[in-house]
Amino acid sequence: MARDLPAGALASQQAAMASADPAAIRPPSTPPGAVGLPRGGHARWVRLSHWIVAMSVLTLAVSGFVILMAHPRLYWGVAGNDLTPALFELPITRNYRHGGWEKSVAFYPQTPSPVSASRTYDIFNENSWGRSLHFLAGWFLALTGTAYLVAGIHSGHFRRHLLPGADERTGQRAWQDLVSHLQFKFAPTTGGPPYGILQKWSYAGVVFLALPLMIVTGLAMSPAITVAYPFLSGMFGGSQSARTIHFFVFAALTLFLVVHVLMVVLSGFRRQMRAMTIGT
Amino acid sequence: MKAKQIVTTRRALMTGLASAGGLLLGGCSKPLPPTYGNVLRMGDLLTYTAHRLLLPRERLAKEYAHGDITSIPAVGTTNPADSHQQAFNAENGPAYERLQAGGFTDYRLSITGRVSRPGSYSLADLKRFPARTQITKHTCEEGWSAIAEWTGVPLRNVLESAGILPSARFVNFFAFDDVADGLDMLDALHPQTILAYGMNGRDLPVPHGAPVRLRVETQVGYKSTKYVQRIVVKDEFDDLGKLGDLQNGWAWYAGI
Repeated sequence: MARDLPAGALASQQAAMASADPAAIRPPSTPPGAVGLPRGGHARWVRLSHWIVAMSVLTLAVSGFVILMAHPRLYWGVAGNDLTPALFELPITRNYRHGGWEKSVAFYPQTPSPVSASRTYDIFNENSWGRSLHFLAGWFLALTGTAYLVAGIHSGHFRRHLLPGADERTGQRAWQDLVSHLQFKFAPTTGGPPYGILQKWSYAGVVFLALPLMIVTGLAMSPAITVAYPFLSGMFGGSQSARTIHFFVFAALTLFLVVHVLMVVLSGFRRQMRAMTIGT
Repeated sequence: MKAKQIVTTRRALMTGLASAGGLLLGGCSKPLPPTYGNVLRMGDLLTYTAHRLLLPRERLAKEYAHGDITSIPAVGTTNPADSHQQAFNAENGPAYERLQAGGFTDYRLSITGRVSRPGSYSLADLKRFPARTQITKHTCEEGWSAIAEWTGVPLRNVLESAGILPSARFVNFFAFDDVADGLDMLDALHPQTILAYGMNGRDLPVPHGAPVRLRVETQVGYKSTKYVQRIVVKDEFDDLGKLGDLQNGWAWYAGI
């Protein structure tokens, strides 16, 4: 191993490579029976919240895509629609550039004037169940996520396992870890913490940045919530900007999901699944 | 004219609390939209109850400047007299066509149900109420939004004029097309909930709901019923059958 790893992680990896005995792959930095970290697996609350969040996020991704299909155009600013310029348009569903509009009518004599046009096209729209399913899954994510954040802070899980240490916050270290991952050189799993540098950065990014941003940009699109708290959409420059950010973070989370599952498979699928299900 | 029954914020608050209580107790007198045992409707109910319990009340939606007005698509029914449109009603469609031909001078908005003075209002009657003009954002469930100027009479003034009874909990709107929808008292009495007859400085155009449409600035666009023909005030929740949101698979509360 050419990488400059923290002593604990290196030792655990060497132990893991030297032996198939599950006891030997327990992170040596953690005493057996330490609170919140059963040997070689994830704590029960981590496993439970992981799977609730996983199911919620999958449901949100599918229903969110269904909602996007009803209007695959994205904008920047407060308002945007088929009669105003889009930031970009996604070539999905028959709604893409459908062009089914009656001749537009100007509201004011002077030009340019805002116009109105009547839709003549039967659009694809499955938002009746799509929206309700999205918000139902959103409740599961928000409530489980909140409980997870409280438990993570309270138990020290974030401080000990998730947040990159002082020596892990340099671009050089992250770069080295990235290069070795791209060469498919990474340590066999320990079935839980301690995590590698990229692992910490990506998990922390999902937990502390991406998922909270998804919830906040989601709320920033709600009429009732933005009437009560206008800053929610204001801080993104408008509800349509929030919608566009919501889309890009969705894309980033999808990329994370693909790499995450790939890494689980490559690093030892059975071991990883055991650690995240039965916890050993 | 001084209204006999003034609907107070306190009563609106009690409605909200009673609604929340209803969720816990169940049964009672249908104070909440039904779930029909459908998990999606349960999620909608959770959102509705949470909004009513947690969100501050009586806040106004942001109002924009004249220069912020954008172009706006007209979707759904764009002419109730057009028999080719999906929500065309064979009885109301021709009636609407006759009203339109007469410049809506024969239009009457009826208010019935739990009011002490049921009756009907012509367009001229509605325009005699103090008008409210607001430049607000229309948020469509499809994902787009538009800013327009709306002029009309606050629904609250009309309800008070009709003598809404203290037991009233829901206000339902029936349109000239096959559409009906409803609001709880909190949204019905909101100062920006108006019966709009003007848009961007002119009479409300037919594609946008002429002669009178509802504007509900605290919920998504489909709650702003176009082509309003009659208003029915109720003590209990009414899913409005095949005309309403619920039996068509849509959330009744659409504040999100």
